Amino acid sequence: MDSTTHTFKDNIKVALANETLVHSLETMKTGFRARRAVAVDRLPEFDALCDAGRDLKNHVLENLDFYLETFEAKVLESGGKVHWCRDSEEARKTVLEICRAADAKTVTKGKSMISEEMGLNDYLEENGVTPVETDLGEYIIQLRHEHPSHIIAPAIHVRKFQVAEAFRKAHPQYAADRPLEEPRELLDEARDVLRSSFLGADVGITGANMLIAETGSTVIVTNEGNGDLTQLLPRVHVVLASLEKIVPTLEDASLVLRLLARSATGQEMSSYTTFSNGPRRPGDPDGPEEFHVILLDNGRSNMIGTDFQDMLRCIRCAACMNHCPVYGAIGGHAYGWVYPGPMGAVLTPGLLGLEGAADLPNASSLCGRCEAVCPMRIPLPKMLRHWREKEFERHLTPKGTRWGLGFWSFFARRPGLYRLGTRVVARMLRILGGKQGHLKELGLSNGWTAVRDIPAPEGRTFMDRWASGERP
Amino acid sequence: MTAARDAILGGIRRSLRRGPLSDAEAVAGPRARLDAKAPILVPERAKGSPDVLVDRFLAMAIEAAATVDRIQGMEALPGAIASYLKDRNLSTELVTTTDPEMDGLVGSSLEGGGLLTVKRGLPSPTDTVSVVPALRGVAETGTVMLRSGETQASTLNFLPETHIVVLKTSDIVGGLEEAWAALRAEGPTPRTVNFITGPSRTGDIEQTLQMGAHGPLRLHILLVDETP
Repeated sequence: MDSTTHTFKDNIKVALANETLVHSLETMKTGFRARRAVAVDRLPEFDALCDAGRDLKNHVLENLDFYLETFEAKVLESGGKVHWCRDSEEARKTVLEICRAADAKTVTKGKSMISEEMGLNDYLEENGVTPVETDLGEYIIQLRHEHPSHIIAPAIHVRKFQVAEAFRKAHPQYAADRPLEEPRELLDEARDVLRSSFLGADVGITGANMLIAETGSTVIVTNEGNGDLTQLLPRVHVVLASLEKIVPTLEDASLVLRLLARSATGQEMSSYTTFSNGPRRPGDPDGPEEFHVILLDNGRSNMIGTDFQDMLRCIRCAACMNHCPVYGAIGGHAYGWVYPGPMGAVLTPGLLGLEGAADLPNASSLCGRCEAVCPMRIPLPKMLRHWREKEFERHLTPKGTRWGLGFWSFFARRPGLYRLGTRVVARMLRILGGKQGHLKELGLSNGWTAVRDIPAPEGRTFMDRWASGERP
Repeated sequence: MTAARDAILGGIRRSLRRGPLSDAEAVAGPRARLDAKAPILVPERAKGSPDVLVDRFLAMAIEAAATVDRIQGMEALPGAIASYLKDRNLSTELVTTTDPEMDGLVGSSLEGGGLLTVKRGLPSPTDTVSVVPALRGVAETGTVMLRSGETQASTLNFLPETHIVVLKTSDIVGGLEEAWAALRAEGPTPRTVNFITGPSRTGDIEQTLQMGAHGPLRLHILLVDETP
């Protein structure tokens, strides 16, 4: 997927002016957040499970090469194939080769963020293979030629009247005046249309929530059942997964499952959790005849051993964005690439490079909610600060900001001068504030004063008042 | 492809500042974890006496929007299925697995009397009702565990609108870990293992919950108490 992270600031202005989006994001706050809180409260061991999840993933990352090799051996043993791909381009080509070998015209797809990362759909289409997204949210945005704005609710920004518009345009086989006001009507139509896609596809492509080294299993967690129809019905099943999805044993997978659905949708367990092991066995009445796993690196192996290694613990539950005040105001598209919200602001510069994505780590008040709800205990605010430091070190920070920080640090290192300066400024502002006690305008602070006044200081600085013996 | 494999594994090792693990290092570290298959932290709610676990399974399954009927013995199965379908005005044509435990459905007096029509094996896209025996029920979350094999087509769990799962009360376990132990005892891992918790659903249109997205609209669990 092409990135627009470099126009992040403009993207934000567009998002804030979009009333439909603002409405959708309000629903998210009452939905996901409230349900997660209930689910977490019901499980007294939740905190201890988070600690165990963190330790598990740390252990996996320290032994990643070993577990990946073990996984590969198990997949081969069960008759499947593993394709190691360094970057998106290698992965796209590999998937296309598999499709060509299967003489595929259409492929059905379960929801996969790795597919978005690879830009797979456009590539397949350019090469004569038609991809059909089958997750309802993904299907809706595919019809609207959009990208997901949320990693587990890709169409969270779309209102139902917009879904109806997209369906009327895309499904001319139905009566033009059919009712499409209710979510049920929309769902039934999508179910009907996609049923024939499931039955007619030559290749099914899914993501993977986990890979299991012990058994060579790939795991998908869904609520719709689309992922299962995608991987069971076509002749070929392709799994797209990134390296860090691996866990050692089925017991370890159980731990992750206990954290995933609760953190994501607030469910105790998603409707369908499916473990797939290789192709159809002799005598099996159904299942794919070929089983391929694409193992995508795309910059992850370089993140190990750096300040950003902890990000590779992420299980993509989306709790961080569901609780983020910035995501809640601007939605996912503004972030400009595949992964939005706090996890995206940390991961995107790691995978794409900081140069085009330097604004992302700055779009945070560092309020810490993301870290508080992260089931893998990823220190997201700390990593956002690391990116800011790197941005400054590499001179990517805009001149004005650098100059301002330099100016501030000059005074901060000279306490006498600093106190004198603040004393003068505080008095000046008090005079400017006049009787109202606040300022309507102030040079260099237009962003603030455009929407609210600045309260004027009362006159003396904190240090002066403390020195003169004042105590609260 | 080998080049990419070597580059990725090499890159991981460079980042970890070490070479491949020696046999001794592997045995002391990750190999030990693979072999131990040790449960990590099993929540209290996955524990309890068989009666407690059955009650918990029932409560959790119903919370996940499944329906549950308790029946006495497998002999009661055809009748329970027929009345479930009839009460809801659903088709009485069903497709089931070729497992011997489902043999009782074929040639039952209900089938003989034309109240049930039973097909076995693979469902066609027009079949609307499936009946599948579960390997285990997981009390912790009200989940049923099903597996593929020569006798069980996995599409039975996803294509039909009404999914009926047959679960013996004695096959209810506390947590996922016990379900895995049961699966390992059966032999090699099957091609597909499905954990199913309630019917198919989506919240993708304005976050309003709708049942029956692509998979079954209804999940009905028949809990079979063995007759002594």
